[in-house]
Amino acid sequence: MIRARDLSKRFGDKRVLDGLDLEVPRGGFVLVTGPNGSGKTTLLRLCAGLAAPTDGELAVDAPREAIGFLGHESLLYRELTALENLDLYGRLYRLPERRERSGAMLERFGLWRARNERAGTFSRGMLQRLALCRTFLHDPDLLLLDEPFDGLDAEGADLLYQELAERAACTALVATHDPDALAQRATSRLALA
Amino acid sequence: MSTWSRNRNGRAGKAGTTSDVGVASERLAAVLAAAATGLLIGGLALAFFWAPEDADQGFSQKIFYIHVPIALTAYACFAFGAWKAVRLLWTGERRYDLESYTAIHMGVIFGLLTLVTGSIWAKVSWGQWWTWGERQLVLFLILFLFYSSYFMLRYSTDPGPRRERNSAVYALFGVVLIPVSFLAVRIAGTILHPTIFTHTGANLPGTMLVSFCVCLAGMLALAATLYHVELAGKRIDASLRELRELLA
Amino acid sequence: MSGYAADVAALARKDLLLELRSRDTLPAMLLFVVSALTVFHFALPAGSSARAETGLLWIAIVFTALLGLGRAFSAEREQGALDGLVLAPCDRSVIWLGKTIGVTAFLVLAELVALPAFALFFHPLSWELLAAVALADVGIAAIGTLLAAMAAASRARELILPLMFLPLVIPVVIGGVGASVAANAGSFLGFLGLYDAVFAILCWASFEYVVTE
Repeated sequence: MIRARDLSKRFGDKRVLDGLDLEVPRGGFVLVTGPNGSGKTTLLRLCAGLAAPTDGELAVDAPREAIGFLGHESLLYRELTALENLDLYGRLYRLPERRERSGAMLERFGLWRARNERAGTFSRGMLQRLALCRTFLHDPDLLLLDEPFDGLDAEGADLLYQELAERAACTALVATHDPDALAQRATSRLALA
Repeated sequence: MSTWSRNRNGRAGKAGTTSDVGVASERLAAVLAAAATGLLIGGLALAFFWAPEDADQGFSQKIFYIHVPIALTAYACFAFGAWKAVRLLWTGERRYDLESYTAIHMGVIFGLLTLVTGSIWAKVSWGQWWTWGERQLVLFLILFLFYSSYFMLRYSTDPGPRRERNSAVYALFGVVLIPVSFLAVRIAGTILHPTIFTHTGANLPGTMLVSFCVCLAGMLALAATLYHVELAGKRIDASLRELRELLA
Repeated sequence: MSGYAADVAALARKDLLLELRSRDTLPAMLLFVVSALTVFHFALPAGSSARAETGLLWIAIVFTALLGLGRAFSAEREQGALDGLVLAPCDRSVIWLGKTIGVTAFLVLAELVALPAFALFFHPLSWELLAAVALADVGIAAIGTLLAAMAAASRARELILPLMFLPLVIPVVIGGVGASVAANAGSFLGFLGLYDAVFAILCWASFEYVVTE
């Protein structure tokens, strides 16, 4: 589903990715590990289409509506409520019954009670959960998750495990500091220097 | 399911072919330089010694043979820069960024010269260094401000695809601004700033027209020469940077 | 409503809703424009013509617009929401159109205060001036939105936006002032319409390139 050959990304004079080769088959679950600054975030952004490679080839066999991206930022609006945020994205992703789906998603991540509160009032953990709601809302086939466990408490982490377990058919590229976190799920690993 | 892929091969030149490209580029620059020198000297000679003096303005009208070709060359540079910008957006090939940037740089230099020669002409003809009634001059002021902002945009954005695309779109805006501003300044003249002073119109007798065309060709050749020289320099800079990186 | 129009409506509605809740941009624009008009009163020596005063109104509009445009994408910047919009399957021009409608609405709301204030401080307004202001708002919002997105990539965002904006807005000022004071406002209004059409199409087509890599 993802094929990269000799992929390089440079920001000005700084080379973040250099000659990377990668092959992720459909249904594959790849854990991307590496220290800070090794290019995990950059790789995910390239795959999502948010950045363009400086050199090399990158082919992602998924249209935009099938990609679920979780970044370091929540990609949400602080002054909109949780429900309004999801409703907006539901609208942009042309989801049928988006109200119901948004509500169901919030319940799955334990945010139903906070559905009418503005995202700006959320704690770090709640915001991460809401961002996960946004990521999974449109049932993507390709998951690009950058440090998905960041900020989550034990309960939140459990909910995320559950969600990933239910989406066993997805292809995923997950960047994480913690190599043990999704060890069982991973079909392969990619260690960036 | 759709697939998207990106393939960027923006390296300035692979080793082995660089020298060939370099030699060809040098030859072209030399030919253009020779042509520019010849045409300009010839054109100016024709303008000063062969073409008759203007009945109204006398000798000072001769500045026309320098000022207007410079102005037209500036327009040509901006248009060329916009064309390269379109190519960049269309194909995504990185080399067009340098070409567009260099062309616009040339345009700004010639634009500045237009303002300077126009100002001199105004002083010689009407005793003022600046007049809002001279449409060409006002138009160039607007364009000069616009394209100066182009450079501000480039200098304040980090190098990368972002800067290339933004510069390209801005260059396109510039070339659309030219006719729009021309029209604007024209209708402004009818009501707001009456055009009291005018230079001679486009009806030139034969000798004047020939001299003018030679001067114009000379200016265009000069712009082309400078463009090639500067572009070659910038490409070498880019190659050096990439080499330094590979070794780092 | 077709998908495209519904997307645009959703984004425009989102911007208005955000402003209603945070109330930071519009009140500032209102206060700014009235302050500017007051400064203009003191900047004009006694005996200045009505034409000069009208000219200054247009300056006030341009700079109030700049103030608002500086904050056009601030909500998207807070949590990286612009990435979210770019990731969505909709056409990227939807982002531009939705935002432009929002900016136009803010401008119109600011002018609902500015124009009566002007009439109060200086002299009554003509229908031609109002028509010109309406047309100018569209053009200003259209190019301003695109330039604001461009400036976002720059290190000196707040400085580069006015620099890029002012040369492009000169024709709008010419058209606007001309329509306000000239005998035949028609040609100036027609010019403003032409400007709007040309630049709106250009912005609509090129926004994709400004907001993606």
